[in-house]
This record gives sequence, structure tokens and C-alpha cells, in this order.
Amino acid sequence: MRQWMMVAALLPMLGGTALAQETVKIGYIDPLSGGGASIGEVGYKTFQFLAEELNAKGGILGKKVEIVPFDNKTNPQESLIQAQKAIDGGVRYITQGNGSSVAGALTDFVTKYNERNPGKEILYFNYAAVDPVLTNAKCSFWHFRWDANSDIKMEALTNYMKSAADIKKLYLINQDYSFGESVRSAAKTMLKAKRPDIQIVGDELHPLLKITDFAPYVAKIKASGADSVITGNWGQDFALLLKASADAGLKVNWYTYYAGGTGGPTAIKQANLNHQVFQIAEGIPNLGYPSADAFEKALRAKYDFSLFYPRAVNQMRMFAAAAEKAKSLDPVKVAAALEGMQFDVYNGGGKGIMRKDDHQFFQPMYIASFGDRTEKEPFDEEKTGWGWRQAAKIDPEQTMLPTTCKMERPN
Amino acid sequence: MISEGWCVVLELIVISTLNGVLFGMLLFLMASGLTVIFSMLGVLNFAHASFYMLGAFFGFQISRWVGFWPALFIAPLLAGALGAAVERFGLRRVHRNGHVAELLFTFGLAFAIEEIVQIIWGKSPVDFRIPASLDFPAFRIFSTNYPAYKMFMLLVSIAIFVGLLVVLKKSRVGLIVQAALTHPHMVGHLGHNVGRIFMLVFGVGTALAAVAGVIAGPALVTQSNMAALLGPILFVVVVVGGLGSLPGAFVASLLIGLVQTFAVSMNGSLAGAFGPLGPDYAQTWLSDIWGVTVAQVAPIMPYVLLVLILIFRPMGLLGTRET
Amino acid sequence: MTELASSVAPPNPALSERLKFYGIWIAVALLLLVLPKIFGSGGALTTFSLIGISIIFSLSYNILLGQTGLLSFGHAVYYGLGGFLVIHAINIIGANKLPIPLPVVPLVGGLTGLFFAALLGWVSTQRSGTAFAMISLGVAELIASSALILRTFFGGEAGISANRTKLFRLFDWSFGPQIQIYYLVAAWTLLAIIAMYALTRTPLGRMCNAVRDNPERVQFVGYDPHVIRYLAFCFAGFFAGVAGALAAINFEIANSAYLGAVQSGTVLFSTYIGGVGYFIGPIVGAIFVTALSLSLSDLTSVWQLYFGLFFIAVVTFAPGGITGLLMMHRPLLRGGTLGKVLPSYLIALIPTLALVAGLILAIESIVHHTVNPGDDPNIKAFGMSFNASSPITWIIALFLIVGGFVVARETWRRLARAWDDALTVAHERGYHA
Repeated sequence: MRQWMMVAALLPMLGGTALAQETVKIGYIDPLSGGGASIGEVGYKTFQFLAEELNAKGGILGKKVEIVPFDNKTNPQESLIQAQKAIDGGVRYITQGNGSSVAGALTDFVTKYNERNPGKEILYFNYAAVDPVLTNAKCSFWHFRWDANSDIKMEALTNYMKSAADIKKLYLINQDYSFGESVRSAAKTMLKAKRPDIQIVGDELHPLLKITDFAPYVAKIKASGADSVITGNWGQDFALLLKASADAGLKVNWYTYYAGGTGGPTAIKQANLNHQVFQIAEGIPNLGYPSADAFEKALRAKYDFSLFYPRAVNQMRMFAAAAEKAKSLDPVKVAAALEGMQFDVYNGGGKGIMRKDDHQFFQPMYIASFGDRTEKEPFDEEKTGWGWRQAAKIDPEQTMLPTTCKMERPN
Repeated sequence: MISEGWCVVLELIVISTLNGVLFGMLLFLMASGLTVIFSMLGVLNFAHASFYMLGAFFGFQISRWVGFWPALFIAPLLAGALGAAVERFGLRRVHRNGHVAELLFTFGLAFAIEEIVQIIWGKSPVDFRIPASLDFPAFRIFSTNYPAYKMFMLLVSIAIFVGLLVVLKKSRVGLIVQAALTHPHMVGHLGHNVGRIFMLVFGVGTALAAVAGVIAGPALVTQSNMAALLGPILFVVVVVGGLGSLPGAFVASLLIGLVQTFAVSMNGSLAGAFGPLGPDYAQTWLSDIWGVTVAQVAPIMPYVLLVLILIFRPMGLLGTRET
Repeated sequence: MTELASSVAPPNPALSERLKFYGIWIAVALLLLVLPKIFGSGGALTTFSLIGISIIFSLSYNILLGQTGLLSFGHAVYYGLGGFLVIHAINIIGANKLPIPLPVVPLVGGLTGLFFAALLGWVSTQRSGTAFAMISLGVAELIASSALILRTFFGGEAGISANRTKLFRLFDWSFGPQIQIYYLVAAWTLLAIIAMYALTRTPLGRMCNAVRDNPERVQFVGYDPHVIRYLAFCFAGFFAGVAGALAAINFEIANSAYLGAVQSGTVLFSTYIGGVGYFIGPIVGAIFVTALSLSLSDLTSVWQLYFGLFFIAVVTFAPGGITGLLMMHRPLLRGGTLGKVLPSYLIALIPTLALVAGLILAIESIVHHTVNPGDDPNIKAFGMSFNASSPITWIIALFLIVGGFVVARETWRRLARAWDDALTVAHERGYHA
């Protein structure tokens, strides 16, 4: 009995030979179960929505786009198994975003796989892993990133802070892993160059996703006399940090990367930080561009979340454009077409470019604060009644950081 | 200038002490049940923290329907009833398969509870708010507010601690439980219904964990991974305090609460104490150790304590039995 | 001592017994050789490789749990450290062009595991039981957390990677393609199984069992249980290191997840599910759990729930694990009375399956309503399509659960009676095991 059950369980896995390619399959490798699943599912639905949008216009080169989900449980090893499964199932394009450790493992895997299996290349589209190393020391020809890496975001953020005279004492609090580390070091070096007068009164790294009460950390921020805080915290590490600071009555300006993540807006509203929390991103609702507003409306009508991954829109539309340009769905040709490609970003805010040197996409960046709305800001977040308001727009030219990437191209 | 500096330090110490004691008391609410279950049934209840989580989610749901105050009582009762059912229909059956089977049973249970919670309430944090009647600062220390709700949490946990002490020392049930802690077989020989006592203890223990969940839910995060975050720390508390020793669990809870809170507020590192390493070593593993701050190693402090205790004093701080 | 041992030891096995014994090993080797010819896709080869690694790891864990009675919560420490050292070794060997081929590299992992087990084991194995379990938990948490602090060695949460094809090549094997890795893992798995089986036959292996069953008696006989536990711990560490090394070679990356609680928990699960009482138990468990964890997440988004429920069911109803369950039938098979229970099994199977199907239907429908309320209600789980919001689905689910439960309980009672009868007959015929 049990053996039969096992055979039954194994069969779908072993029989996975590639069918004739009638669809363009994009393997979505992200957490769909466990702790990271809430984020992974938002991404999955966003990509599905985008695939439907492309299919409504006839697909890519006449072929339907299909998003095939693979649950990687936010684990690098598991991601590699899932990538292998995806390849067995006829997937030539994979996309992933959650976790730079996963992204690092996947780039490595894709590069080695393509080297060892010429003619069967796969491409890796990264929509949210922001570790700068992926487009610098560890860059790969097969990896393309649509999200601005954390250094680019910090470049944009510090360009804005350059002119904010009310910042005098700054506190850095970040998660103790590679992303938090890069936020903190980039903030320090960039501010030193742009605003040497800002005093950095604290520089904290706390364990990732393990803190249940941030009160001790907030006590420290309070004791330092800081007026502004930079944090790369996301998820519960952000929500709990704000909750604790509201409890302690800490009133500072927050400069963040991921305040807009699930639970973030609710936490800001609860902490009553009206337009005191800023976020740097490549797009937010309420920018006033008609096409972006229409897209936002359509997405919200279908799902109960707002557009959290504007870069995914750029990614999917640009992929379609590159395939049309190359007149082929061969990953090598699509990759060649994507290199250096210029593209009108989804919201109509200007042009972006996929830099050939490192496969990093440069696009207009926006700094926005979260708080009460005027009639210019139609969209609220998480039913809080509050919404985003643009504080500044940073053009791509201003964030073109140099890269150390030495790209190895296939012959 | 000097006096202002001292004020900041003093403020940090007072706030950290309050936070540490509060965290410690929360730990104790859970550890008290765990240690009694552990020593009576011999079960390492991996699912104990899951009942803490269930408490928080039940509390959240019930407070939506009928308000926070009824929830404070109903949620622990529900969770306790569930705990008693788990003992009666699950653990008792598994008991004859041995200790490893019992442990794996609770392991699997923790797994299943987490998934069920995710199915019902989703995977992201739920919006469990502090009741409006307690949403104000209790007092100010220099420039920092201390929220009233946290004082309430502190009071509840102290009240339960005192209540538990009285029940254990004065009531008949308490005496039987105490006897069963050290001589479980003897109690059975004396004609007490050990099965019912076990069920009761399991129910009360899980209900206490659920109380901790209800009161901690609004102050901390109410999310499906909250059990997994606290579970291992609970074992540390129970072992460090000494198995079967309630005062030991109390001391260990406070100790770990304070150690973790204070370690967080310290920035010292070897580099800070002895100056930076020579450039020859700047890229080696030595520089990692040199640069790490006390705050960064705060989360592993409990485990260091656990290993040291088990090596040098295996019966725990106040325990009488060897583990 | 030796006299006593020799007089108690069984007589030398007959030639036919020996042929049977070696025949099994040769059959396993042949099976491993032809397996990739039958299932050749990349995913299948990866799965087989992972199963092989998991077999070594679970068997090494059973040296502790099954043979010596030590419940460890931190066995992944030795697995992980082995993996890390191997990645470093591959990088060093590749950079310096040392004439060391990849197939011998797993030894590095084994020796690393051995080294750390020898280092940390002396203190941990002083006591058995709960104290050992808690120390292993503490040590595991310490090492896993330190791995995130010592970034230069462990590479933070991203880990460190290596390229296995850059090593000295024997017979022109590059070890790039997965099939070559499969054969490497298969060879090492076979070697490790033989070595660990041999270990259980040595005097040390026997003393381990004695320490597990009655440490006081061992002391009276003149052995130190601590030393025996320590030796068992070291052997377990060695083989865990080999398993970690193979995993590192397979993925070409090592990160802190190798050392973590999840990895330690998985090996405990596989070993226990397979059955700790038999040598073959962990092998069965490793195959089953690895295949299940890889395939279940494809079938349903709440695979963890099924995983948890399945474990609870095994722990409650089959404490001997899968192997224990199968081995229960040995006396019946040998006594020729297995035929008497089979009809009862078949009868019990139908309502049990109905019950399981009803549960799955209910769970999947509930999941659909809480997780994706707005989506298309026609959902698919385990290959079945159904409408999650249709009342018919709910009625069917309810009917299957209630009806299945009531009928299944009755059929299982009958099965138990049939079983008892069959066993009594088998016992009367002289077959007790």
C-alpha cells in the first residue's frame, strides 16, 4: 500500500518531460508556504495579473504566457531543487525576488547550468532581491534585475536628504544580514560625502526576524537624541519597530526601504506617524500618472492588495518587448535584446534603461511619505484611510552608480 | 553636560529593567506550565508555545466579536480545553509508545497548529490592538513614555504568579501536583486519579500560556510564526531554572528576560575595548569576532547559559533532580 | 569476556544464508546502477541524489537514536560543518590545482564531522536522556547563530559557493552533469551503508545497544557508558559529515540553513518515521520523507499541515515506523497466515480511503475560502478538480468524513481481531518473529 502511495507521489516528478512549447512558461520561484508565503503570494498574483494582461493582447509572439509557481520555502537549496524541477517542466525563464541568499544561489546555479548545458540556456529575472553584489562582484550574463539595488536606493535617498536641513542627528537600525549591512554601510559612506555635518548617533544591527519586542532598541534610539532614523527593516521587523516607538513616544522621521510592505501602512497608522515615514521606491500609488492610476485600479479591483511590485510590471512588459525585438523566445537572443534596452516605465514617469555592463535596470525613483490624503491622492493603503504622497522624484541619471561587474558573455 | 549624560544612562537602565522584567514575566507565564507538564508527564511539550500563539489568535478573534475584556477570559479557557483534549485523546494514547514518540507527537502538533493558524488567519500579522481604555502612557521617565498596557501586562503576570503560588501551596490539588512533581508514581499508588490530574495540569498549563498570548498579542506581534520564535527560549528557561522547580523557572525567566534586554542595549565589542585589529588580520575570521557587538550576540546568550548550566550544574539553578 | 561472547555468538551462517546476504548488497548496487536509465530527467536525478544523502544522514542519526538511545536535536551541526569545510576544500583544491579528484573530497567532510564531534561530544555525552537532548539543542543553536556572525568563514546567510568541475579530473569525469553526481552519491551511499551496517556488528555496536538498554549493567560489566556514547557520537559525526559533504557537492553551495534546526528536525523525522528499531528503518524513512517533502508541495499549498498530521498519525498508530509496521507481518508471512488478514485489510482500506479523501476535500475547501476567497472556486488538489463553494462538495466531504470514520472504526476492529487470530496461529506454528 505504502509503496504504491510512494510511486504515486513520485510519478508526477519523474515523468516531467518537456511538452511541446505552446506557452511561454515563467517559473515563479518564491515562498508559497511557511513564514514568507504572505509576500510570495502577493508576488505570484501580481505576476499572474501581468500574464493575463499580456495574454489579453495576444501573448508574446503569439504564445500565451503562463506563470508556473514553485515553492522554495525561502531556502536556497530548496530553490535549486525547484529550479531543476522548473527546467524539467520546460521552463526557460525563472523569476524570483525574496531573499538575496536565494538570489545568490540561483544566479550561481543558472550560470553553471548554462555553462554545462549549452543550447538549453535559461534566464533569471530578479524582481526584488536587492543585494548590490548580484550586479557587481557576482554579476552574471544570465541574471537581470529590475529592482533598484540597495546602493541605488540609498544614492537616491541621500540625494534627497542632502537638501533636508532638519536632519542633524541620524540613527541607523538594520537587520543583521547582508542587506541590512549594505544599507548601513552605504548610508554611512554616502552621507559622509554629501552631508558631512550629519552626526550618526547610532548604528545598530539586530537579529533578523527574531525580535518580538523592540522596546530596548527604541530606548536606545531615544537615548541617542536622534531626529531621524534610516532603516532597511521589512515585514514584522518594521511593524514591530514602529509599534515600540509609538509606545515609547519616540517622534522622529523614518527613512525606509520597505514601509509599504504588508502590515507596514497599518503599523504607521497605528503609530500615528502622519507623513513622518518616508519610503524610497520605483513607484507608488498617487503619483498622478493616468496610466499608472488605471493599472492600480484594475489590480485593486481584482485582488485585495495594492501594487507592491511596480518593477514586476516593467519586467514583464520589457520581457515581451525584448522577445518581440529579438523575434525569438530563445533565452540567449532575448538576453541580447534586453542588454542596454531603453524602456518607458509602466507609470509614464520617464525612461528606464537596462544597463549593459551589469544588467541592472535604472529607472526614476520616488520618495514618498505616508499619511493623510488630499484629493490629489485617491488611493489609500490597507484600508487605513492614509496614503502615499510624493516627496521627491529622482531621475535615473542621478543614481547611475559605477559597477565593478566584469561580465562574461557567451561566445 | 555630565548630568544630562547620566540621565540618559539612568533612563536606559530603568527602561531596560522594566522591559526585561516584563519579558521575563511573560516567559514565566509560559514556562510555569511547561515545567510542571515537563516534570509530571515527562514530556518535552514542543507545542507549548503553540498554545501561546493560539491564545493570541483566539484573543484577537473574540475581542473582535465581544471586546478585549471578555476575550481575556474566554480565550485561555478555550485554549486550555483544547490542551486538555490534546492530553486526553492524544498524548495519553502516545504515552505507551515511549518518550520519543510523545515528543514527536508534540513536534507534529506544533507543526499542524502553525499551519491551521495560517489557514484561518493568514500568514501576515493580524491587527490585534490594545484596548482603548489602556492606550495611554502610564508614566514618564525623563523623556520616555512607559505605556499603561505594559504595566497592565506586568500586573496580570504578577497576579497569576501569586495566584499560582497560593494554589500550589495551600490547596489540595496544589499539594497533589507538588507531590506528583517529585514522585509521580507514588501519587498514583496513593489512589489519586493520575490521569485526571495530568489532564488538568496540561489544561491549566496551556491556559496559562494562552493568557500570556492574549496579553502579549496586542503589545507584540500576533503572527503565525510567534510560536516558533519563542519555543526554544522556553526550553532554555525550564532547564536553566531546574526541572520541576517553579521558583527556578521564575528566576530563570527573569534572568533571561533581563540578560536579553540589557545585552541589546550594550554596544561594546572587542574592537571597542582593545582597539581595531592590525591590518594583517582585517579580512580574516578574527575580525568577525573582533567587530561583533554585545547587542548582536544577545539572542544567543540564552543558549550559552543553557550549555554552561547543563555542564556545570545539570540540575538547573534551583532544581533538585538531575535532568 | 571473549569466551562468553563466543559462546553466545550465533554459529557461522550457512552458505545459503551468506549468499542471500551478499546477494542483497549486489542487488542494491545493481539497482543503483540502472536507476538513472529508467528515470533520467534532471529532477529525478536530483531527487535520487538527495535521497542518497538523506539515507547516509539518517543512518548516521540512527547510530545515536536507535543504537545508543541518544535523542539529539542538533545532528545537523556535523552535517553542516562537513558541508562548509568541503566547499572551502573544493575552492582551495581548485585554486592551487592540487591533484585531488572530487570523489575523495567527501572524506574531508567526514573528517570534519569527526573532528567536531570529538571536540563537542565529550561534554555532551556525559549524560544521556533529556540532558543530552537539551545540550544538543543548545550547541546547535549556538553554532547556527555563530555561523551568521563569523561571516568570512560561513559567508553570512548567503553562504559560500564553489565550482565542483574545476578539480583534478579522473577518467575525464567533469562532475558537471547531474548524472555523474548521482553516481558519486550512489557510490558513497553504498559504501556508507555497508560501513554503518558493519559497525552494528562490531563489539562496539553491541555495547552501544547495551548502553541504550541498561547503562548500569554496562558499568557493572566494566565499561564506561560515557566512553561508549562518546565513540558512537564520533562515528555518527563522521557519517553526518560525509552526508553534508555530498549535499555541498550536489548544490555547490553551503549556507547556514545546513546547520539549522530545520535540518536537525528533518533527520529526526525521517529516522523515526522509517523506524529506529531496524537497520533498514532510516533508509526507508529517508526515501519516504525526501520524496514526500519534494512532491507534496507541488500537490497542495498547505503541505505542512498534511506533513504534521501524517507525523502525528505515525507517532500515534505506528510507533515502530514504517519498517516496524512491515516487520509486524513477518511472523504471519512465515507462518503462512498472512492470507487470513489480507481480506480484512482490503475491507478496511475502502472506508479509510474515504475518510482521508473527505478530510482532504474539507481541508482544501476551507483553505480555498480563507486563503483565496476571491478566486475561481473550481480548484484542483491532489489531481482532483472540484468546486470549493458548491454545497455538494461540502456535503460529500462531510459524508465521507463521518461515514468513513464510523465504518472505518468497525473495519479496523475486525482487522485487529483477524490479526490476533492469524498471529496466534503463526505462534502455534512456531514463528515468533
